[in-house]
Amino acid sequence: MTTIVACRNVNKTYQQGKVMVNALEDINLEVATGSFMALAGPSGSGKTTLLNIIGGLDLADSGDIRVNGQAYAELSSARMAELRLHKIGFVFQAYNLIPVLSAIENVEYVMLLQGVDSAQRRRKAMQILDEVGLDGKYDRRPTELSGGQQQRVAVARAIVSDPSIVLADEPTANLDSKTGESLLQLMLRMNRQRQVTFIFSTHDNMVMAYAQRLVILKDGRIADEQTKTV
Amino acid sequence: MSMGFHLAWRNIWRNPRRTAVILTAVVIGVWSMVFLGALMRGIVQGMIQNGIKTLTGHVQIHPAGYLQDPSVNHRIQGIARIKSMVASELPVRSSLSCRVRVNAVASNARHNGGVTLVGIDPQDEAKVSFIGSSIVEGRYLKPDDGDAIVIGRALADRFETRLGRKLILMAQDTGGEIASRAFRIRGIFHAEMEATEKNFVFVTRSAAQKMLGMDDAVSEIAIVLPAHDQAAAVARRLQQRFAGQDLVVTTWRQALPLLTSYLELYDSFIMIWFVVVFVAMGFGIVNTTLMAVFERMREFGLLKALGMRPCRIVWGILTESFYILVCGMLLGDLLGLVSSWGFAIKGIDLSALAQGVEYAGMSRIIIPVVEARDLLNANLVVLVLGLLVSFYPAIRAARFTPVEAMRQT
Repeated sequence: MTTIVACRNVNKTYQQGKVMVNALEDINLEVATGSFMALAGPSGSGKTTLLNIIGGLDLADSGDIRVNGQAYAELSSARMAELRLHKIGFVFQAYNLIPVLSAIENVEYVMLLQGVDSAQRRRKAMQILDEVGLDGKYDRRPTELSGGQQQRVAVARAIVSDPSIVLADEPTANLDSKTGESLLQLMLRMNRQRQVTFIFSTHDNMVMAYAQRLVILKDGRIADEQTKTV
Repeated sequence: MSMGFHLAWRNIWRNPRRTAVILTAVVIGVWSMVFLGALMRGIVQGMIQNGIKTLTGHVQIHPAGYLQDPSVNHRIQGIARIKSMVASELPVRSSLSCRVRVNAVASNARHNGGVTLVGIDPQDEAKVSFIGSSIVEGRYLKPDDGDAIVIGRALADRFETRLGRKLILMAQDTGGEIASRAFRIRGIFHAEMEATEKNFVFVTRSAAQKMLGMDDAVSEIAIVLPAHDQAAAVARRLQQRFAGQDLVVTTWRQALPLLTSYLELYDSFIMIWFVVVFVAMGFGIVNTTLMAVFERMREFGLLKALGMRPCRIVWGILTESFYILVCGMLLGDLLGLVSSWGFAIKGIDLSALAQGVEYAGMSRIIIPVVEARDLLNANLVVLVLGLLVSFYPAIRAARFTPVEAMRQT
């Protein structure tokens, strides 16, 4: 199995007031293509920071990060934006949909940035919304959708551009357990059908239960690691 | 890209109250630019009109030396031939008038003073200068009036005279002698400027020529054209036509250098006014756009996380500003045009400030004039500077990293 994400000796320090906080300390992590894995740990353990660094949303102070064999250190911010646009999908805890766009327009927007023509955008967005169970709700604005439906739109948006990885930051945190589980099943289906790698940050036991591989962080270090078959 | 425009349009209506506030500022700004620009242009047009109507015309033809020494020694002979040559060079709907114009002394039993004696063809002159339509007492000159004179209201007051009374005129004749003649006051005129009423007295051309021994000669030919801006071209043609003859052709701009300077000054005033209004408006635009940007910082973070390049964020915010500016400009233009045209129907009467107004050389009634270039300049100033000041908040939004932006609440 090929490696899609490789982190070597990654360090990240934040300044909090006058105190320097080690958010990540000497992280070494390899993620295989097609994984369905979770970064778990208590608040402040560094899981969101690591996810952001893998996604190129934040920069590490030192260390080497490679996604699809591409070293981040070699990328300009414009090339990094290109990489995120074409290779990485994001799902956030607070859904982060664009409120003035409808569900289908939110999904289409990523393809617009990619330069996909409008007919193809529309067709693909409808198809993906059907896949995540939102057929007939294309024209609803985010405020007209439930939390679970909004997160499904976010998942649709994350995978519509056929990324190699989807990074999901506590995707079930704002959902009730039933909705959360149905969302996890959806993401697991996407992972299996499309061979997309999913990396979660979570402290939700249900997410941990679904994850094939669980990396537990504590105080910015990898404290434990478990692998299982779902 | 239509979706980007769509998004920008929807974004500006996310907070309708804020958009309404900034839109109102742009509308008022553009309205004031258009309306006050039209008012200033109206003042200038009134001044030009006054200047042209006060015996200047758009183009004047004088004998060489007359402008330095406006006496009977310098006169245009063979006027019938020259008049037909001039007429053949003029655009349709032009008018011309041949005049005798010399300095003279007017006197009656009580007073005397310097005036300008103007000998006119009454019918031709009525089409060229103010005199034909300015009689407020008595009547205008008739072609066969031998001893009739028309004087201004202010001169009549100063000389304590009235209709039917005599006025003696004295001036140097072609033989170098002092010629004098008594005229009877048949009409009193009113002019925009008191100085005009005090300075000019009108008799028929034949009466003036007879008094001064000029035969058929005149001092000047004044031409009025359908439009101000035709003057230079017509003057050029006439100069070529009269090349080698002792005639000098001047345009109103050359004849009224002070007014020409005023014109240039007003052009600068209008641009300064546009910029001053914009500066006030610009603070509002920057402030409101910054508020809108900070309110949506998480969203910009998301867009950057999705792979949007910073330049596209800048583009998106500028598009929003563009929509607000264009809507404001359209409404402001409409309001400016409606109010300018509304006031143009009757004009703005400044009679109450007549003395001050006259001192400044302005008309007592100001009719706002909307010029296409002012409208264009006002809109360009708002659009170009509006987009420029929107760059600041746009760049602020684009410079945050996705993580910094998404941390904002």
